[in-house]
Amino acid sequence: MDDDAVFKALAGPTRRLLLDRLFERDGRTLTDLESQLEMTRFGVMKHLRVLEEAGLVVSRKSGRARLHFLNPVPIRQIYDRWIDKYTEHRVTALAELKTELEAG
Amino acid sequence: MTTMTKVETTQVYQVFIKATPEQIWQAITDPEFTSKYFYASRVSFENGRRKSFGPAGELWGDEAILEEDLPRKLVHGWRALYDPALAEEETSRVSWEIEPQEGGVTKLTVVHDQLEGAPKTAESVAGGWSYILSGLKTLLETGEPLSS
Repeated sequence: MDDDAVFKALAGPTRRLLLDRLFERDGRTLTDLESQLEMTRFGVMKHLRVLEEAGLVVSRKSGRARLHFLNPVPIRQIYDRWIDKYTEHRVTALAELKTELEAG
Repeated sequence: MTTMTKVETTQVYQVFIKATPEQIWQAITDPEFTSKYFYASRVSFENGRRKSFGPAGELWGDEAILEEDLPRKLVHGWRALYDPALAEEETSRVSWEIEPQEGGVTKLTVVHDQLEGAPKTAESVAGGWSYILSGLKTLLETGEPLSS
């Protein structure tokens, strides 16, 4: 899954709201998600599709219903790829600064 | 903070990996591989059991294999023995679904369900699966484990 699609999907406030709703309670139907938003069914579907294409939402059939699940793996990948790298660097830089100051 | 009743306890995790289904199968079932991304644990699938050993050789898991369809689907029980609070909960279920896509990419889906009788386990594994699958992807695509 490419990072662009994930960042783009996360850039929409409605889509972040949908992810938060799924975080609170996972495995929801479109009707259920729609009932919590001031938005048309078509609008919710459109946002869900962007989230699914970015891999942030996975939908699965359960009996006759289609349930939407939050998939946190792409966010974890961004964390592993970006956040971890830079925070690690900062910690190292601070540690070096401390050593320098204490030596000085 | 509002309290929400959890109706759906199933957890779904999905990742796309540039690897063949067979390579992914091996990464899931070979203890040498699992030790590089699964919290340093050695996981084996033998004689109808999935066994997991921690880095010091301690038993972390010993549950039945429920379905084995190489290299497409692997289903097994899950009860974490590394934490007494989790070990006393009911056994849940983990399914690995491996589906080849176009362009040498394979879709790997982990479904952790039957968690109704294991709320602490559900909470505990929620962050773990993302870490494991992200690490598995990195390992298969680069040959290197995640630095942390």
